[in-house]
Amino acid sequence: MSLALIAALPFLGALLPGLMIRSGRNACAMVTLSITGLALAGLLLNAPAVMAGETLTEHYAWLPALGLNVNFMLDGLGFLFALMILGIGLLIIIYARFYLSKDDPMGNFYTYLLLFQGAMVGIVLSDNILLLLVFWELTSLSSFLLIGYWKHLPEGRQGARMALAVTGMGGLAMIGGMLILGQIAGSYDISVILTQGEAIRAHDLYVPALVLILLGAFTKSAQFPFHFWLPHAMAAPTPVSAYLHSATMVKAGLFLMARLWPVLSGTPEWFWLVAGAGLITMVLGAVIALFKDDLKALLAFSTVSHLGLITMLLGMGTEYAAKAAVFHIINHATFKAALFMIAGIVDHEAGTRNIRLLGGLRKLMPVTFTIGTIGALSMAGIPFFNGFLSKEMMLEAAWDTSTLFAVVATLGAVFSVAYSFRFVVHTFMGPVRNDYPMKPHDPGFGMWAAPAFLAVLVVLIGLFPQQMVGPFVEVVAGAVTGGHPHVHLALWHGLTPALYMSAIAVAGGLVFLALQRSLAPLWDNAPRPEAKAIFDAIVEAAARAANRITDSLHDGKISRYLAVFTVVVVAYGAWAFTGGTHSAGTRELLPITLVELIFFVLLVVACIGLILVHRKRFVSLIVISIVGLVVSMSFVQFSAADLALTQLTVEVVTVILLLLALNYMPKETPIESGGLARLRDGVIALAAGGGVAALAYAILTRDMSLPSISEYHVANSYIGGGGNNVVNVILVDFRGFDTMGEIIVLGIAALVIYALVEVILNGAASRRLMNWVPDMPQAYDRHPLMMVVATRVALPIALTVGVYIFLRGHNLPGGGFIAGLVVAIALLTQYMASGFAWTQARQRFDYHEIIASGIMIAVMTGVASLVLGWNFLSSTGTYITIWPLEEIHLTSAVAFDLGVFLTVVGAVLLALASLSRIGRRAGQGVNLTAMDVDPSAETLNTEGER
Amino acid sequence: MELLVALAIGILTATGVYLLLRLRTFPVVLGLSLLTYAVNVFIFASGRLMSGAQPVLGAAEAITDPLPQALVLTAIVISFGMTSLVVILALGSFLNAGTDRIDIQKPGEMPDAGR
Repeated sequence: MSLALIAALPFLGALLPGLMIRSGRNACAMVTLSITGLALAGLLLNAPAVMAGETLTEHYAWLPALGLNVNFMLDGLGFLFALMILGIGLLIIIYARFYLSKDDPMGNFYTYLLLFQGAMVGIVLSDNILLLLVFWELTSLSSFLLIGYWKHLPEGRQGARMALAVTGMGGLAMIGGMLILGQIAGSYDISVILTQGEAIRAHDLYVPALVLILLGAFTKSAQFPFHFWLPHAMAAPTPVSAYLHSATMVKAGLFLMARLWPVLSGTPEWFWLVAGAGLITMVLGAVIALFKDDLKALLAFSTVSHLGLITMLLGMGTEYAAKAAVFHIINHATFKAALFMIAGIVDHEAGTRNIRLLGGLRKLMPVTFTIGTIGALSMAGIPFFNGFLSKEMMLEAAWDTSTLFAVVATLGAVFSVAYSFRFVVHTFMGPVRNDYPMKPHDPGFGMWAAPAFLAVLVVLIGLFPQQMVGPFVEVVAGAVTGGHPHVHLALWHGLTPALYMSAIAVAGGLVFLALQRSLAPLWDNAPRPEAKAIFDAIVEAAARAANRITDSLHDGKISRYLAVFTVVVVAYGAWAFTGGTHSAGTRELLPITLVELIFFVLLVVACIGLILVHRKRFVSLIVISIVGLVVSMSFVQFSAADLALTQLTVEVVTVILLLLALNYMPKETPIESGGLARLRDGVIALAAGGGVAALAYAILTRDMSLPSISEYHVANSYIGGGGNNVVNVILVDFRGFDTMGEIIVLGIAALVIYALVEVILNGAASRRLMNWVPDMPQAYDRHPLMMVVATRVALPIALTVGVYIFLRGHNLPGGGFIAGLVVAIALLTQYMASGFAWTQARQRFDYHEIIASGIMIAVMTGVASLVLGWNFLSSTGTYITIWPLEEIHLTSAVAFDLGVFLTVVGAVLLALASLSRIGRRAGQGVNLTAMDVDPSAETLNTEGER
Repeated sequence: MELLVALAIGILTATGVYLLLRLRTFPVVLGLSLLTYAVNVFIFASGRLMSGAQPVLGAAEAITDPLPQALVLTAIVISFGMTSLVVILALGSFLNAGTDRIDIQKPGEMPDAGR
């Protein structure tokens, strides 16, 4: 099966469990099982090639310019890890089906599990370190979801956060290291980097790259001093712990060190950093594990210890140590996954996993006892179990390295034996108690099947190592070292130093086990740094510092942000301007005519007036509409009839909208800023205005420096778009896709306004509105007779104008936007003249529906072109003549323009109708007939003109 | 003529920025409207000014640059959507908070100091 497909299958399948949970828990588990099983089968199809020593590769370009390619490779190392991830994944899926209770959302669980599985498989199959980084971060995210699966437990949430923070920061460091590595090697492909070992180790940046990459690997694999997150992640459900901490997540760091072993290893820096950290972690983890009363915590620290062991072996940099590391990775995955599942079973059946409350389970849970004992003996390194073989190899490698390593490694092994025996003795041995929280008994077959299978592997590998995994270890070790190591695994090596060290370990372990109960109080009272407290303090300090910076920069004073922003933009423009050389523009200028001069003077007067009267809000609205009119007229003057029509109609609806809103807001702006502040704002405003004016003048006095694409639009408007009005053809044809986006934005804006009004009409604002007292004189006749009559007469005329403008739009100024605004205004006048309720009662279509149908029509027009095999939104058309109208050019773009038209009508009316709802909440009476009289206005308006 | 148009854009911008820097929502909305005018005219003018022409084939001797016009046409409509959204936000925040200030008052600051 294709490597990309193996990595993609879990991701693709991740959606299914969430859906299948509706068909029951068994169906959900089965579908998850079959996805993982399919991926595993696909992997195994590649087994013959891998065992023959081949490296399979697959290449897909993603962002080749950045060196980021979706390249996969499968060699022995990748195969081993993928096998563990998918194989143990399969067992975990079965186990979890029986472990999770009815209250746990199982669909979510399997979805997270598959996401995690896909990310892990992605890491081990990547042949590109950038791609590997993507998957690496995905494992951090998906393991966060898994560890925090029991959202109701605070420990679960905190553990998940800690795991994410630690592994995430390590991942960040690793990105830096990987980028350096890729820069040195000249490629981000692992297969290329692996050939550049000599050059990389000799490079000046080798040490920084090494440290950064190791930060990533150590945090992921819980190596000292980052080992503290792993025990806290034990708050997760046991299947998660068994999966993440035996075979997958924490092994990712080991995988990375093994993958880059030929490139990075062999230097003193590598030896002391990796082997040193591994040695410390191994001993420290083993000692702490002995004194943990929680079965899962014991196993967690034992995992830390064993990861340290493997890290140490990789750090030694010799071929023999690498072989031992590979073998121990296999062995640790088998016995540790089984032990985690056993701990989960004990917890599940006895109601606790606190060792002090357990004991004597041997008779009550014989099956669990047998499997647990096999796993624990292997973990302790007792002969005939697989853990013994790799531990012997580790001790021999330590013996060969130095006396220090031999002594400390033996010490680690002593504690390892002690806690392994404690796991069995204090849980299962001893007299049967009568105070278990629950009645312990063996679980059903479904739950112990998976650990039993692993226990069988533990024994078989322990008895027949060469026959079971010998050639496989040889292939994997070859992939790690890049050489051709010869592997012969055997139970009996003769009376070697390692055997004596093992014997010391077993004897010492038994002594410490006997002393454990008396040493425990001493250990508990010994002063030591509490990792979680330190971590929490650091996180809190970081959060406080971030808050302080944010608060000082982001203090809620919007006017200050705007001022800073304006000043920065102006200063940047000024800096750019003064940095270059300039000559005056040479374009021939237009003469100034009288009309234009009048417009200009009007604009200046209006703007200055606006500044002077802006505190009187109604007056300022009138003044700003003068500005709008001048702008519209200028569009006419400068040959843009479409723009003039649009600006004019928009002006009308905007002013109506602002008037409606202002009705419920203060009518005057108080003086709040002193003279100095106003002077400062004035200076900023003048600087901004001056800058924009200068820029505009510079552009207007020059010709375009590059040929404009407008030529193309003009030349093809009629041939390609079938219309003479180039502006309209651009809108509905050339740039129809943009227009579609714009009407969607307009529709969304209207819907947001509707939703905001819904919010306003509930809560504090609603109470304020209900107590609203009009602060302006109210008219006695709210719907004057003359106005009602005039608007009723005008309506058909206005609608006709709208249709006319719509139809002619393709060839003359007009089109959907303008027609939509004209029709919207025609309808608005009805609301204004005859009242909201009266008009609403005659409104046959909902505005939401009008907006939706407009957008649908526009989209369908585009899709129709696609169906016909053209480009999206291509248009075609014909001229038709309906007597007595003039010739009409009917194109498919008209349908698109119809969509635009409907959206504009719907959006404008929805926005204004939403505002009217606020008015009704404010107690404005509803008129059932047009031309009513408001009796309450009389009393309110005693001081009015009437 | 170009000078007058450039000055007009500058005046619209200056007025808009000045109103934008006020402390109440309503003048800020007006300032935004003025900035919208300024930006629209600026983009329109980037097609260079022509008098007595049309962006319509066969309607006049000269054809103006239709592209900035098409851009500005939709910009005008979209800015209507934006203005109405901002107005509703302003109205809603006034009705909810009882004040139409745009700056958030820190605890300890007098809400109506300097009035």
